[in-house]
This record gives sequence, structure tokens and C-alpha cells, in this order.
Amino acid sequence: MPDATFLDSTELVLNMGPQHPSTHGVLRVILKLDGEKVLGADCVIGYLHRGVEKIAENRTFAQFNPYVDRMDYVAAISNGLGYCLAVEKVMNVEAPPRAQTVRVILTELNRIASHLLWLGTHALDIGAITPVFYCLREREEALKIFEKYCGARLTTHAFRIGGLLYETYDGFEKDIRDFCTMFLPKVDEYEELLTNNRIWVSRLKDVGILSAEECKEFGVTGPVLRAAGVKWDLRKAQPYSGYEKYDFEIPTRQNGDTYDRYVVRMQEMRQSVRIMQQAVDSLAEGPIMGKVGKVIKPPVGEAYVSIEAPKGELGYYVVCDGATQPYRVRVRPPSFVNLQALDRMIRGGLVADVVAVIGTLDIVLGEVDR
Amino acid sequence: MADEQKPEGSPATPPPGGEAAAPPAKPATPAAKPAAPKPAAAAHAAPPKPPATMAATPWDSDLAKEIKERFGDHISETSTYLGQSFVVVKPDAAVPLVEYLKLEADFDYLVDVTAVDWPKRAERFDLVYILYSFARNERLRIKTFIAEGFKPETVVNVHLTANWLEREVFDMFGIEFAGHPDMRRILLPEEWQGYPLRKDYGILQQDDRWVKENLGIESGQ
Repeated sequence: MPDATFLDSTELVLNMGPQHPSTHGVLRVILKLDGEKVLGADCVIGYLHRGVEKIAENRTFAQFNPYVDRMDYVAAISNGLGYCLAVEKVMNVEAPPRAQTVRVILTELNRIASHLLWLGTHALDIGAITPVFYCLREREEALKIFEKYCGARLTTHAFRIGGLLYETYDGFEKDIRDFCTMFLPKVDEYEELLTNNRIWVSRLKDVGILSAEECKEFGVTGPVLRAAGVKWDLRKAQPYSGYEKYDFEIPTRQNGDTYDRYVVRMQEMRQSVRIMQQAVDSLAEGPIMGKVGKVIKPPVGEAYVSIEAPKGELGYYVVCDGATQPYRVRVRPPSFVNLQALDRMIRGGLVADVVAVIGTLDIVLGEVDR
Repeated sequence: MADEQKPEGSPATPPPGGEAAAPPAKPATPAAKPAAPKPAAAAHAAPPKPPATMAATPWDSDLAKEIKERFGDHISETSTYLGQSFVVVKPDAAVPLVEYLKLEADFDYLVDVTAVDWPKRAERFDLVYILYSFARNERLRIKTFIAEGFKPETVVNVHLTANWLEREVFDMFGIEFAGHPDMRRILLPEEWQGYPLRKDYGILQQDDRWVKENLGIESGQ
């Protein structure tokens, strides 16, 4: 290194983050550069580590429920759904049909809210200022529905083990239908701004390619995997909460680059609207809470339950020893696993692409660090 | 504290049904208690329930037979519980088994690697590999029991994704993986002392020295 001149330098180490606007939280990436070319990256994570899994062992099953919202805080409802399903599994109970349908509606609405935040911030990272205002405008409508339903906008704690605590409010169905009709043209609007935009396309095309084989090697799931051509979605592969009843498609693309991941997520939002419309039409009267006692005390045993969260496969591995507190709760976070592929995706690319690739991975550091 | 050692197929338990792609819960299964205790009184006064072990049933399938044939004595249990199959394997055979499943049985996606601490047991830790096969649409858990200080072989050479997952297990439980390319802490600071997800690590415990030296405060609580 000392013999290298500036013109013929070998390697430069550049520290990016943890306080950097485009790392979407406190992610630190140590980049090894040759000029503008990225030779490798090392992620330093853990700045938001709160020991969620340890907390779980010291809370009752019901008490731990609100904590899971704080992991992926932009998709809190998905987190809650996964946890409730996992505990219901070890208890061997099932939420009643009405509760399942309401869960599907809210989870899909949350998927849209999560994708909207991703789209806005991703576009902002790339240099398109406008979409973020549009996206947050529509996301606000989704958050309003959450607020009306359970009183909270972000960390909703919307579901309970065994079903729901709250019945839907008067006008819930109308709000959902209105949102769906309002939202579909908005997706077209975003697409008009971006999909064929020359700058957008040239910044995203062939950037951060991850092939289907690499995705499987790295355990990468969610839109990233689907953009690489693997038609796999847990809602179809191993349906839960009655997803098998709804007619929807799994959008896929072939190249596995940043642009394809953008397209997949845009189409997913449309599919979510389709699911919500069908779910709200099929919403029947009935109980909202299953046969679960006041004290949740599952038998000795263990189960792994996973759902398709907006970021990928979100799994909970719950071990019970017959007490009212979980013996162990392991969260399999999609963001954490997906982030591991960052190094592979940006190797050989340009510094400017790092920002695009972090954006397209759609990580939430609250979930990476837990 | 329940011991994870299960008897081979408890007699009173009918099989919980299909092994894969099962919907989240199977209410028809009487294996586990179908619902929580009836209202408050029962819950408060109830004596501890009799089943102290997991009511798992033997897992019958072609794959289970193949695994048993191939690995023989190394497999101590092939069971299924709540429709989820798992294999208990001797520590030495865990990585070969994961590799075999990847190459011969299409289990090409390592979902998770994690551990569970049972301090009262001789082999203190459960090391759990959760596998998934895209082709079969099936999940399988590989469990192995290891003693404290035992260094299991890394599975990174089979599944790259295990890199960070094993680092997290090391970070939280202090299980060191032999042959891992980058065995460092991942979530906690590198100089941190102690392994938080061990049962003897208190909920309020922290590395006081680290906190004082690096944050300049007495306590982070």
C-alpha cells in the first residue's frame, strides 16, 4: 500500500454509515474500493439490538405480542400475524374465519404501506424527489385505517393470540373498498413517473444482480427471490389464514436486478389490492376470538411457523416448556438474511450503486438487529 | 424445566396428520390440548399438567427411511409434531446430513440456524437447522444436542446463508463453529463479555465494563 501512487492506488476503505440517509437506519457498511469500483463490503450491524428474543423468555406469551411490532416497524401487522400464528400453532388452535379474513385485509394493507415507504425512499435515494410525497400521501390513508381500527398507526398490536381483540368499526368495509378504488390508479401514477423514466431505468437496470441460485444459496426470499424468476410465495406455497381462498398471482421477473425487484413490488401492490377486495367481499359475521383462555399456556412442544412478510419469509420458532412464558422464541428475520447478500450484489459495481442496492433490498434495521 | 428428551412415540398420541403443507393448525388433533384451560379459576388452581415431554409421534415417510438407512446409528429420532417433521442427529453427522439433504433430497434452502439452551441437561444446547425444499414444498428440522464447549462443524460450505446465522448463534450462545470463515460476534460489540441468550444470563445483566468504557455511563438500563 505505501508504494501505491494516487493514480495507481490499490484499495481504499470507505466507511458508509451508520448515520447515512440512504442506509435506511443505522447500518454501517465498510466498503473496499478501487476508484469507483466496489471490491467488497462488510456490514456492521447491531446498533438497534434490543434483545427481543431474550425479552420473549421473560414475558408471557400475550405480553410479548406488542414487542414483535417493534422489529419490522413499517410492517408491524405482518410481524404480529406471524407471532400469533406461531403461538396458535403450538397451542393447536385456530382463529375463527372472520378473524382470519380481517387479518388478511389488514396484513395486505400493511404490505401496501410497507411497499409504499420502500418505493418512496428508494426513489429518493436514486434522486427522484417527487415519488416520496405521493407514496407517503397514500400510505397515510392506510395508516388512518389502522388508527381507526386499533388506535395506533405504526406499532399497531392489531391481533391477539387466538383471533382479534377489536371488532371492526362501522364503515370498515367501506374504507377498505374506497382505499382499493383510490389506490389502483395511484400505482399507475407512480409507474408513469418511474417505470419508463430514462434516469430511473439506467440507474436500476443490471444493477445488483442476484440470480435464482445465489438467492437460494443466501436464503434470500421475498420480492428479491421472485425478481430472479422463482415463483415462490408462502401465501401460495403453504397458505395460512385462508390465503388459499383468494385468487391472486405471484408476480415474477427474470433478470434479478434492481429494476426487476422494483417491477415485482409494484405488481405485488396491485395483487394485494385484489386480495383485499376479495377478502372484504367475503367478510362474514361471526366470532372474532378463538377458544383461548385468559392465561395462555401451551403444552410442551415446539413449532416453526413462517409467513410471507413484505420483505420475505418471516419465521417464528417457538419452544414451550409448559409454562406461561415461552422457553425460547427465535425470530427468523427476512431483512437480516437478505442483507447478507449485499456483498455479493454490489461486488464489482460502482459506489453509487451501493445506495440503489441497499434500497432495493428493502431492509428495516429494527428487524435486522432485533 | 422440561427435558427435551422424548420417548419414541408416546402411546396415547395419534399421528397429527400430513407432514408438509399443512394449514397452520389442525384442530382435529387430540395430541395436544385443543384449547387453553377454562376460565380463570381453573387456570389459577390447576396443578401442573402431566405431559412433561413433547407429544411427538414417529415420522413415517420414504425420506425418513432413506435418512435412517444412510446414517444409521447417527440418527436418534425421526418424529413429527403438529405436522412438522424433525430429525435428531448426533453432532458429528449434522453437517453431512444437511449436505445429503441438499444434494440428494432437494432441501436447497437453509431457512434458519438457531439454538436453544437447556442448562440442566448434560448436552446443554439444541442446535437447530431448519430446511426447506422448493421442489417438495416441505420443511424439515434437524436437531442435534451438543455439550458446552463442543465446537460443531460449520455448515457454511453447504449453505452460504449459514455464515451470519452461525455468527448470531455464536454471539448469543457462545457456540463456536469449527471451520467458520468469519467467527465474530455480529449483533453485539466484539469486546462484549457473556452470551445473552443463555439461560444463566439475566434479563438485566450487561457487560458493565464495556458500557462504562465505551459509553461513559454506569449503566445502560
